[in-house]
Amino acid sequence: MRRWFAAGLAVAAVIGATAIAASQEVKSLRGDQAITEVDKAPPVHQVREGQRYERAYRQQPPLIPHAIEKYEIDVKVNQCLRCHDWPQNVRENAPKVSETHYVDRQGVRLDKIASTRWFCNQCHVPQADAKPLVENTFKPASPATR
Amino acid sequence: MSEPNNGSRGWIARACAVWRWFWSPSSRYALGVLVVVGGALGVIGWGSFNWAMELTNTETFCVTCHEMSANVYREYKGTIHDSNASGVRATCPDCHVPKEWVHKVARKIQATNELWHHALGSIDTREKFEAKRLQLATNVWRAMKSTDSRECRNCHNFDSMDFTQQRSRARNRHQQAADEGKTCIDCHKGIAHKLPAGAFTAERELDETWGARKP
Repeated sequence: MRRWFAAGLAVAAVIGATAIAASQEVKSLRGDQAITEVDKAPPVHQVREGQRYERAYRQQPPLIPHAIEKYEIDVKVNQCLRCHDWPQNVRENAPKVSETHYVDRQGVRLDKIASTRWFCNQCHVPQADAKPLVENTFKPASPATR
Repeated sequence: MSEPNNGSRGWIARACAVWRWFWSPSSRYALGVLVVVGGALGVIGWGSFNWAMELTNTETFCVTCHEMSANVYREYKGTIHDSNASGVRATCPDCHVPKEWVHKVARKIQATNELWHHALGSIDTREKFEAKRLQLATNVWRAMKSTDSRECRNCHNFDSMDFTQQRSRARNRHQQAADEGKTCIDCHKGIAHKLPAGAFTAERELDETWGARKP
């Protein structure tokens, strides 16, 4: 009886110790912040319209010089293509989607945009005065003209 | 042979009697009473007619049908016409029912067809709705085109738009649209609801047939 009691006490002590250790180590993803504290909202980047940001390097997908938040891109429609797909781009006076976007993975030329290119905003984003998220030393092979 | 003839004659005779009774002067009520009571009943009747029409002209009424609440209303939630900084809203009837009385009644009569299809269950599942969606959307686009986007213009007026407060692209395109005599729906499709698959092909076809219709 006494041995059982001692064993139980030891187990309880171990559990208690780990619990205390764990509670000291737990940190929320928000850092050292109380639950009730409200995060500071991240800055909202205003879309820069009326001017064009040139490419910073050769392969850069061109930036979008207008707001796009209300344009629908889903399984049914792609509202970007309403203006940027040939031949509508002529009437709308909008830049035409590059012909490279009409070639599928097997290299077959298509008359409509390749499914792999459907989601425009995977590569193209509206232009904003956004600073690099992390410091980096990237330099284009040929410098962009300013 | 003679019996049905008699029967129909009897019916006509009865109808004639009612007609004569209706148009003969009353010997029981004073003219004043008839005028006052008739006028009051007229006011009540007219009032309740318009009251009922307004009752069926609210967002709450529209979403009592699950076809509306499960599809188009759910998509409308969160759009700029539903929630925005100032809290001014445009609900279902603001865009889909005309404000002017004659057009409003015409639209209400048209809506009986929608009741019929509600009873038939034409779009009572999401799949059925999606299958019909292009046709339904095109109907609305065509109607909007034919009225020069009248319901949009109840609030959005080209003459009151301050182009200088718009962003450059909106400014250019709005001026261009005004010059070309375009109407709101020509560009602003799918602003409060999701677009149907094949929307832009249908749009082009509609524009082309429209151009042929309008010399």
